[in-house]
Amino acid sequence: MVATTDRIDVAGLASAVADTISAHAEELTALDQAIGDGDHGLNMKRGFEAVRAELPALAGKPLPDALKAIGTKLVMTVGGASGPLFGTLFMTLGKELPVEPSRADFATALGKAIDAVAARGKSQAGQKTMLDVLYPVSEAVAGGKPASEVADIADAAAEATKPMKAMRGRASFLGDRSIGHVDAGARSTALITRAIAETLERGA
Amino acid sequence: MKNVGIVIVSHSPKVAEGTADMVRQMVGEEVPLAWCGGNADGGLGTQVGDIMEAIDRAWSEAGVAILVDLGGAETNSEMAVEMIGEPRSSRIVICNAPIVEGAVMAATEASGGASLKEVVATAHELAPA
Repeated sequence: MVATTDRIDVAGLASAVADTISAHAEELTALDQAIGDGDHGLNMKRGFEAVRAELPALAGKPLPDALKAIGTKLVMTVGGASGPLFGTLFMTLGKELPVEPSRADFATALGKAIDAVAARGKSQAGQKTMLDVLYPVSEAVAGGKPASEVADIADAAAEATKPMKAMRGRASFLGDRSIGHVDAGARSTALITRAIAETLERGA
Repeated sequence: MKNVGIVIVSHSPKVAEGTADMVRQMVGEEVPLAWCGGNADGGLGTQVGDIMEAIDRAWSEAGVAILVDLGGAETNSEMAVEMIGEPRSSRIVICNAPIVEGAVMAATEASGGASLKEVVATAHELAPA
């Protein structure tokens, strides 16, 4: 998924992520309206469009600095609990990755970043959250799966949140009524994963 | 100001402002007080940057107690405290208490010169068991 020699085009990746989040904003909002407060699509779109506006400044930065800047931007602009959660993911990746990471570096950093998200959200696997996509993705990356397969695993993992009962966030107030809907944060995590995987694959 | 400051963070600016009005009625100007609420588009939500600014406005050397409403307000407040960093962050506590009752009781305690620990304990007594 991450080449060892090519320089990673963070701006290209961030732009692809912003594209997919904006294109799916209404779908994400609809998912969140079903069992949450209905602001997920707009919030994520606002955050990643703010990241897009920073791209010219990000392009010249080393990978760790660019990822930290993206994370901070998300924290400051998303405006829901998703801001600190997705922001923590990117900020921790930036903190843990070397300037030119190997795939093994990326797998290790991703594992630590996911732990940081779990701590921030006081959550764990199986609670119908973005973590239910992040853990399988991390496992696939560590296991050396090709990018396209990682993206498929992410999609399937998001879909698999449907029968789960929400234990965190606004959806948890609904108890059993949260069953039968895909978690919006899990869906956006799968969208981000696919955008990154496909961009890396095209560049390879 | 030597009294502990109070910050009110709600998804709704109306709830935050209304809670602050109730606090002011109890304690007047004796307690540093700030509130924030709403997202960048004028909708419901909480924002890390707004919370950091509210902490600045209500800052006291004795510390600051934050009262929040729903989950995202807590997560964003935790992030704000972390971003403010030391040495101030160890003097900021997010209370586990209902926002209106917690703010009024915490501020009343603070207005008598109580420590941050005492103010937070007073708010926590209101938390559902």
